[in-house]
Amino acid sequence: MSKYTEDDLREELATQEYEYGFYTDIESDTFPKGLNEDIVRAISKKKNEPEWMTEWRLEAFRIWEGMKEPDWANVNYPKPDFQNIAYYSAPKSVDPNKTLDDVDPDLIAMYKKLGISTDEQKKMNNVAMDIVVDSVSVATTFKATLAEKGILFMPISEAIQQHPDLVKKYMGTVVPKTDNFYAALNSAVFTDGSFCYIPKGVKCPMELSTYFRINEGGTGQFERTLLIADEGSYVSYLEGCTAPSRDENQLHAAVVELIAMDDAEIKYSTVQNWYPGDKNGKGGVFNFVTKRGICHDSSKISWTQVETGSAVTWKYPSCILKGDNSVGEFYSIAVTNNYQQADTGTKMIHLGKNSKSTIISKGISAGKSQNSYRGLVQIGSRAENARNFSQCDSLLMGNKCGAHTFPYIESKNKSAKIEHEATTSKIGEDQLFYCNQRGIETEKAIALIVNGFSKDVLNKLPMEFAVEAQKLLEISLEGSVG
Amino acid sequence: MELQEKLISSFMVMENLGKVDLDSSIHDIRTKAMASFEKEGFPTKKDEEWKYTSLKSVLNHDYSVFPKEESDIEFKDVKKYFLHEIESYKVVFVDGIYSSYLSETTHDGFDICLMSSVLKKPQYQLVLDNYFNKIAQNNNSLTDLNTAFTIEGAYIHIGKNKILPKPIQIVNFYTGGEKDILLQPRNLIIVGENSHVEIIERHQSLSNNTVLTNAVTEVFAGKRAIVDYYKIQNDRENASLIDSTFVQQKESSIASVNTFSFGGKLTRNNVEFFHEGERIESHINGISILDKKQHVDNHTLMHHKSPNCESFELYKGIYDDASTGVFNGKVIVNREAQKTNAFQQNNNILIGDKATINSKPQLEIFADDVKCSHGCTIGQLDESALFYMQSRGIPTKEAKALLLYAFGNEVVEKIKIPELKTRITKLIANKLNVKLGFDM
Repeated sequence: MSKYTEDDLREELATQEYEYGFYTDIESDTFPKGLNEDIVRAISKKKNEPEWMTEWRLEAFRIWEGMKEPDWANVNYPKPDFQNIAYYSAPKSVDPNKTLDDVDPDLIAMYKKLGISTDEQKKMNNVAMDIVVDSVSVATTFKATLAEKGILFMPISEAIQQHPDLVKKYMGTVVPKTDNFYAALNSAVFTDGSFCYIPKGVKCPMELSTYFRINEGGTGQFERTLLIADEGSYVSYLEGCTAPSRDENQLHAAVVELIAMDDAEIKYSTVQNWYPGDKNGKGGVFNFVTKRGICHDSSKISWTQVETGSAVTWKYPSCILKGDNSVGEFYSIAVTNNYQQADTGTKMIHLGKNSKSTIISKGISAGKSQNSYRGLVQIGSRAENARNFSQCDSLLMGNKCGAHTFPYIESKNKSAKIEHEATTSKIGEDQLFYCNQRGIETEKAIALIVNGFSKDVLNKLPMEFAVEAQKLLEISLEGSVG
Repeated sequence: MELQEKLISSFMVMENLGKVDLDSSIHDIRTKAMASFEKEGFPTKKDEEWKYTSLKSVLNHDYSVFPKEESDIEFKDVKKYFLHEIESYKVVFVDGIYSSYLSETTHDGFDICLMSSVLKKPQYQLVLDNYFNKIAQNNNSLTDLNTAFTIEGAYIHIGKNKILPKPIQIVNFYTGGEKDILLQPRNLIIVGENSHVEIIERHQSLSNNTVLTNAVTEVFAGKRAIVDYYKIQNDRENASLIDSTFVQQKESSIASVNTFSFGGKLTRNNVEFFHEGERIESHINGISILDKKQHVDNHTLMHHKSPNCESFELYKGIYDDASTGVFNGKVIVNREAQKTNAFQQNNNILIGDKATINSKPQLEIFADDVKCSHGCTIGQLDESALFYMQSRGIPTKEAKALLLYAFGNEVVEKIKIPELKTRITKLIANKLNVKLGFDM
């Protein structure tokens, strides 16, 4: 048998095609391209939104108009032309009264191809899914079970109609319209997303899950997620994303807001596998996401992400540890291959006493990709006994890729303890030799090492996702993960 | 008048009054540097590299730009600022003007002399062409400003195979004869193959008048050369220092820059290393012990350009009262620089209620077969260690000082000149305001 070397692995990585690159032909109701106040109004009207929501969007649009695209991230890409994007696209066959069984068979087939058949999920996995295809929720499952507990889990457009008080009260409080360029854009044109409210003291009995998928060519996806965990509640939320192959770059600018009230706990897991572009760096999704959570007293927010897709990723799930004894966690694996670029990390803003945060970030770069960790740990002057531990490790495969770390550590309190460590290395020849010596083939050995490298983060994923995450790592780095 | 405008007009005055030779090759360099400064202006907090350091309070003075006549100072008055326990070469400047009386220079076998003579005498033309402003060009407007106003500084040129018998001290005094003064010393240090040099540098103000020093030093280390550079920064409260040191290393050379910051109002240290050859070893070390409203910003760049090189970086900081510390350590490993071993560590202790530390250890890695790591910690003294000592009769103050001393000792231990080590230990004890109970 010929020897499997890292060169072979590199070769395999270079030729790995995007497995999920198919395109479902569903008739779409798409707006003309471009963005102006009329389009914003039209989106709002299409959604049948109340007056205050329309005004909210318009205000965001005006703010956005006055903003410049940020360019501080360590990524290079042709700037999207915001006037050349259609801001609304919904499958035409949508009918709000439809149940899961009536869903367009094409769509069902699409999910099957992705290995996430909704029926199967429903039966086997005890997961309630709110499926988002091109901006409109197609089916919402397990509603009854959740309703019994008083849990609200619905598309945000429905929430605006049915629970305007909650939406009005919380939307934009964690990520204000003025926060950044993409957050402002999202606030103006968001079409759908999920809304979730867990009442006081309720422990959500199942993992909540949403799949996002960009389908229609030339459309941007701007979804908005608002998750509120009231006092003493617990919820685990899963989010998975895939997009079919397309040549032009698609834009994705989502906003996720989490609110953990006193003693609440939110676990938010993401598996992102959008189209990364082909091996020449053509096409792929631009992923510019603003994710942030606020922790009140003794609450906890935990972000876990597996990032294997997108041509350009710009994403910093953050925690504002406002309350005393609050806890923030961030676990991330970012894999980049070919010409992918990822600039990802987190912000931990410690404001409350005894607040704690943990950051574990693992970056794997292969091909000609660039992988950056950018993180901020900030200790406010009132955050007595704040504690942070950060670790970011990078694994390089090949000498054409890059791994970068940009940690910012700012402390204004003398009782704070902060530790940060980072390492960069490749799979050591001695490590491989050690395995070979014990009869483990090189291919298996590489798999073993990469697996071990990512274990810290993979372990944090809920069971339902761990398997899929493993699968995605395989797709991105086939041959290296057993 | 804004300082920037004043500098621009001063530059024209300098040119017109014939203070500098307009035909010399460095006239071009000066003019370009001035144009670049004019365009960029002083850095603000909007610049990523100056995110945590504001120059506003420092630039807000009507500085005089050109040194007046030499002021008299007696050696006995300033003896304590020298490392006088051992023999050394000395290059001393008083208010930016060379003091032949306090200095001890040489041309015997190697040059330890003045920048001004290098600029004027034609026999140095080749040196200027090959070395001057070759590594200091880094789009930093303050370095450009220094280049534009290069008049004086130390010039050290050691040929091949020379081990200097004694260290070199470069000392800049400021007497306070004029109210606010801007000093811009420019040093050029060239160390040939297999040679070995130790340099101690100090900026010292002798009055409480405001002084701003914008110093630039270029160091070239030849093949297998060993260069150790020590910077003592223990200035008075109204003295601010922006100090940029650029080091270029050739094959198998070993260079270190050690910074000891205890005093001054605002101190900004830029230390940049560039590798040009294999098997190079670089060390950057520093201790900052600050109190009151002091601000120290340590900005380092370690640029690995060739394979098989190693770099070690260790910065320790102790911050009391409302002092502010900044550490920004950047390590860049180029694609060609395989088998690089880069290590960086930054440890900080906050003691003061209003003290702040901003740390940004940064890695940019383009080669795969490398071992690079960085670590950063911010914490306090170990309560149980303090209690242990107190329960054995050591007063809190001394116990704290001992722990802090032990914390910084890792850096002190790296000093290769024993007398200097003792001196630094004394300065630390002094700064911690205790007598450490062992012989120093």
